[in-house]
Amino acid sequence: MADEPSRSTNRTTCWSCKGPVADAALFCDTCSAIQPPGQADHFTRFGQPVAFDLDPPALEAAYFDLQRKLHPDRFATRSGREKALSQSQAVAVNEAYETLCDPLRRAAYLLSLRGRKADVDRDSTINDPALLMESMEAREALADAETVDEVVALSQETTAKIRACEQELAAAFAANDLDQAGELTTKLKYLGKLAGEARARRLKLAGRG
Amino acid sequence: MLLQIHEPGQTPLPHEGEQTKAVGIDLGTTNSVVAVIRDGEAQPFRDEDGSALVPSVVAYAPDGSAIVGAMAQQLALSHPDRVVSSVKRLMGRGAEDIKTVAGTLPYDIEPSDGGMVKLRIADLILSPVEISADILRGLKERAEEALGGEVQKAVITVPAYFDDAARTATRDAARLAGLEVLRLVNEPTAAALAYGLDEGVEGLYAIYDLGGGTFDVSLLRMQKGVFQVRSTGGDAALGGDDFDHVIAERLMAERGTKDPSRAEVRTALTTARMIKEGLSDQDSGTWYMEAEGVRSEHSLSRDDFEEMITPLVQRTLDTCLSVLEDADVFPEDVKGVVLVGGSTRVPLVRRRVAELFGQEPLADINPDEVVAVGAARQADALTGGSDTLLLDVAPLSLGIETMGGIVEKVIERNTSIPVSMAQEFTTYQDGQSAMMVHVVQGEREMVDQCRSLGKFILGGIPPMTAGAARIKVTYSVDADGLLTVSAREETTGVEQTIEVKPSYGLSEDDMATMLRSSMENARGDMEWRLLAEARVEAGRAVDALDAALKVDGDLLEAAEREELVDAGKAVRTAVQGDDRDAINSAVERLDTASLPFAQKRMDRGIGKALKGVAMNDLEHRVGPSDAQ
Repeated sequence: MADEPSRSTNRTTCWSCKGPVADAALFCDTCSAIQPPGQADHFTRFGQPVAFDLDPPALEAAYFDLQRKLHPDRFATRSGREKALSQSQAVAVNEAYETLCDPLRRAAYLLSLRGRKADVDRDSTINDPALLMESMEAREALADAETVDEVVALSQETTAKIRACEQELAAAFAANDLDQAGELTTKLKYLGKLAGEARARRLKLAGRG
Repeated sequence: MLLQIHEPGQTPLPHEGEQTKAVGIDLGTTNSVVAVIRDGEAQPFRDEDGSALVPSVVAYAPDGSAIVGAMAQQLALSHPDRVVSSVKRLMGRGAEDIKTVAGTLPYDIEPSDGGMVKLRIADLILSPVEISADILRGLKERAEEALGGEVQKAVITVPAYFDDAARTATRDAARLAGLEVLRLVNEPTAAALAYGLDEGVEGLYAIYDLGGGTFDVSLLRMQKGVFQVRSTGGDAALGGDDFDHVIAERLMAERGTKDPSRAEVRTALTTARMIKEGLSDQDSGTWYMEAEGVRSEHSLSRDDFEEMITPLVQRTLDTCLSVLEDADVFPEDVKGVVLVGGSTRVPLVRRRVAELFGQEPLADINPDEVVAVGAARQADALTGGSDTLLLDVAPLSLGIETMGGIVEKVIERNTSIPVSMAQEFTTYQDGQSAMMVHVVQGEREMVDQCRSLGKFILGGIPPMTAGAARIKVTYSVDADGLLTVSAREETTGVEQTIEVKPSYGLSEDDMATMLRSSMENARGDMEWRLLAEARVEAGRAVDALDAALKVDGDLLEAAEREELVDAGKAVRTAVQGDDRDAINSAVERLDTASLPFAQKRMDRGIGKALKGVAMNDLEHRVGPSDAQ
């Protein structure tokens, strides 16, 4: 597994001018025709290092930059083949962005890149007794909260825990401690759920007023 | 950007979209608007009275010809049986969907066997798609008269919350009207585009769009030319028409009507609309209604009216809250609220929206025209090239039926589009040779609570033990929000693909029949489209050759080069003519002629690449840690 965006030396054929084109190039150097998306990990697609720690504004800037070039809106009056390629490029870019911009999905993706399974979509049981206890207490506190202020206080507490968990995750990935990263990913998932419940409750209280 | 060199006497290829203007169309439930960008200015096309609104009303003359707009609306008084309105509410709907409201709908629904709804208008039986096509033709003519030339391309807006069936129906209607849809754009997104580009607003904005028959709310982030939809929600069957309905019900209750005639329902709805509009400016009033020979008097105050519509308005606010929740933000994070749609003129709506977001909403651009202006901006961007980037989302989750009627979501709502997602399934019986794929749309967990978009069967699965087959189902949503589904058995490669033609949509056969009956030149139109495509493809091929010759031309002997240039010239000549086969075969000859050239270019490319590798390897190999 390459940890750096690898400099590819492979050449494939441009479908349009039939000349050589570098692997993973977006456009043909010669005839500027759009190329198929190719196989690249999500980080490499945005020119980012493969790491949990990433700079959200840089990711977003890279995302907008790619979509500006590749989005089907740029190819509305072009040939059918170019339209289809633009769609598959835009699909690949969207998938990469949506995976990376959410810390939980980013963590799960990094685990999968390193051969570990992390199912963030389904309910996995919490094995850690301390985490289980903490989770139950937090839910009770939220259920008892009656005012927006109380909910906001709980939300802020959860947000702080999420930030801390993300920092620990970055450290675990940097040290390549995948067991630890797996546990922290489960924790992050539970914290995210809790934050969502707090948000829903706060909006409900706001809507009533 | 590559410079293109053209042989003397050869003019550049005519690129599509340069000769004709592309327009933006807001195809509304009650009114429609068509607009264009001229010299950078957004211009809705207006009638002599200065109104850009074209009532979405069609009157059918005894000879079958269609009259669209204000004149049709007037005809509704004298010939109510020949006039149809609010047809957008029926787009992509099946007969089943509308049974519940049929009592108050001012149409005659033709009974049909489960397929798409058909309406009886005098002696005609028409589908909502055909009626919408007539409205689009009317709008196209209005634009053509003003521009003095043909209009063939358009961006058409749809409610963000329109499902796949309704989007497909809208596209079909445009095709029938002879319009190429460059893009379907969501109405709130179009409104945001108008605000972002014409008013220069930036930040997180909520677009609250309450039209005649639909409600949408979208949250967008706008910044330097990027319009990113964060979340969207709404109700495809909630609008100002429902305000009319609650008033009409009250009127009929006050008249003591138990079983109203269609004429009475119609009059009650017309009176209700007058009351609604009156109570937007005044505190109370008295109205008279006369139907079936009975005249009645009705006094209503604004308080009465507001009390009656409060549950409807509350529903829109609840949707706003879930959209905020989906985007992970709170009302105070929203920098501005844009009001769109005529129904936002109702004071209660304005007041409640202002309360929810804690600020007065914006209405700088006429809420009736803002969507069409945004659509025209997008049409201009798509044909003229611009740096504006529009990133939209799938409004509703798309799922598949699994065991026990449970929906497994394949694409979650608010996912950026275009998107493609796959999931793997397996067989549950030994020797199972086929599998049904049932595609549904919606947020609920059970199939019967979601909207069925279509079913198809993947057959030809070889006999295997239960659980051994690996069936990969892929959902793809394009930039218009339209879905394509494919299924493939991975161990054998058996594959089926369908463009989801919703259960309530038109079949290709229906479409062909309608095209034939509605346009004598349907074939010519199709031929024209294929010719245009062939020209675009031919243009691409010669441009690619020119570029390749410029870079690698030195690889060729003079004679080889001449042969290629001649083949390119032949394509250019063919493109000037109208013979599609001639164009295609010229392109084919060019492709064949350039094969040896392509081979030489590949060899050179690989040579260069190898040189690069050698250098890199060398650097590594001289490193101390690298034992050779």
